[in-house]
Amino acid sequence: MALDQPGLDTEAVDTVTETDAVVIGAGPVGLFAVFELGLVDIKTCVIDILDKPGGQCSELYPEKPIYDIPALPTVTGQELTDRLMEQIKPFGATFVFGEQVNELQRGEDGRFHLKTDAGREIRAKVVVVAAGGGSFTPKRPPLAGIEAFEGTSVFYSVRRMDAFRGKDVLIVGGGDSALDWTLSLAPIAKSLTLLHRRDEFRAAPHSVEKMRALVADGTVRLMIGQMTALHGEGATLSEVTVKTADGEERIAVNALLPFFGLTMKLGPVASWGLNLNENLVLVDTEKFETSEPGIFAIGDINWYPGKLKLILSGFHEAALMAQQAHKYVHPDKKLTFQYTTSSTNLQKKLGVK
Amino acid sequence: MVKLTFIQPDGASQTVEAVSGATVMEAAKQNDVPGIDAECGGACACATCHVYVDAAWVDKVGTPDPMEEDMLDFAFDVRKESRLSCQIKITDALDGITFRVPEKQF
Repeated sequence: MALDQPGLDTEAVDTVTETDAVVIGAGPVGLFAVFELGLVDIKTCVIDILDKPGGQCSELYPEKPIYDIPALPTVTGQELTDRLMEQIKPFGATFVFGEQVNELQRGEDGRFHLKTDAGREIRAKVVVVAAGGGSFTPKRPPLAGIEAFEGTSVFYSVRRMDAFRGKDVLIVGGGDSALDWTLSLAPIAKSLTLLHRRDEFRAAPHSVEKMRALVADGTVRLMIGQMTALHGEGATLSEVTVKTADGEERIAVNALLPFFGLTMKLGPVASWGLNLNENLVLVDTEKFETSEPGIFAIGDINWYPGKLKLILSGFHEAALMAQQAHKYVHPDKKLTFQYTTSSTNLQKKLGVK
Repeated sequence: MVKLTFIQPDGASQTVEAVSGATVMEAAKQNDVPGIDAECGGACACATCHVYVDAAWVDKVGTPDPMEEDMLDFAFDVRKESRLSCQIKITDALDGITFRVPEKQF
């Protein structure tokens, strides 16, 4: 949970935030939507499950050059994100990071009522789904029957450390999450095994050193190998089969923490009653509005005949979406088409006049 | 053109032709080879284009660089001959090579 604006700090989670538009997703297209909406006097609140802006650009390929952004012959994912953040600065959007919008309903007041997984409630006149490939969610190891154990014996994050007290814990992975939790849970677990496919770790060197010390004094067991099967009854895990260079071994485990990175899933968007086409949100190509008036979908998450999943297509969609959004947010105001180059009015909003 | 063969876990085999310079992942996607997801589109950022290089070809293909090795941590059932197909550039020297598609991508 990180917020960039005062007045909406984490203590305010219990209160309801009011805004004109909620943009779900802080990828390049969601960020540019703030710009286009801002030009037509629509205030936005941007929500993203990640802890920073940029979406796939900053999560998947921050250092990779992109070559098809008009007028930028080459730009990295991170640089594009940084430039968009600078471009939208004049519009003072509110950012909510590290939260996922779980619920979206139309209230009796005609506005949309949204609720995040942190319990934050937001009311808005329009909603723009710019969720790209969907929410980044932890990867589920493709082991038979794993779903049955999730939430009781298999966890993808640690919400309460105490839940692991006295447990036979197996942590799988070689990055910072795996190592950090190995160090934190080792003192309270009954036993702790760290399993990784190779004896090299991506995690910070000092964490790796500390882990090696715990292994040396017998607090932690380090296994080099991979999980091949889970065993247990009902929702309770009891053993995990681990394949190592020496063969297979079944170890006693009643709490498993697999850390295999993130993948993208459509997530809660699927349950909002929007018409979908193969997990993408159907929109028209004039307003990029979904089957629910007032809810728009732009960028990689939408579909229409001829759709291309390009950042530049998403920028175009954002501009057209804003025209229709204006009708909902400011029904009494007439919208005249203006250029940023020549309009005093727009230049005032951009803070350049 | 370079010939590449992909063998599925059920034994089904598919031989495709590709140009030198493209990646093995691109050749697989272009020819709709099942089981190569390539979620991130070839940025070495997702490990869903994991393949096993046929033992006879491992030396010719070479070993993963450190970034790919790190990303292989996110793949399932990683073996000595595991590679991410988006990181293998096709060259004429690979003509006739065989890859096995894993049972599951993550």
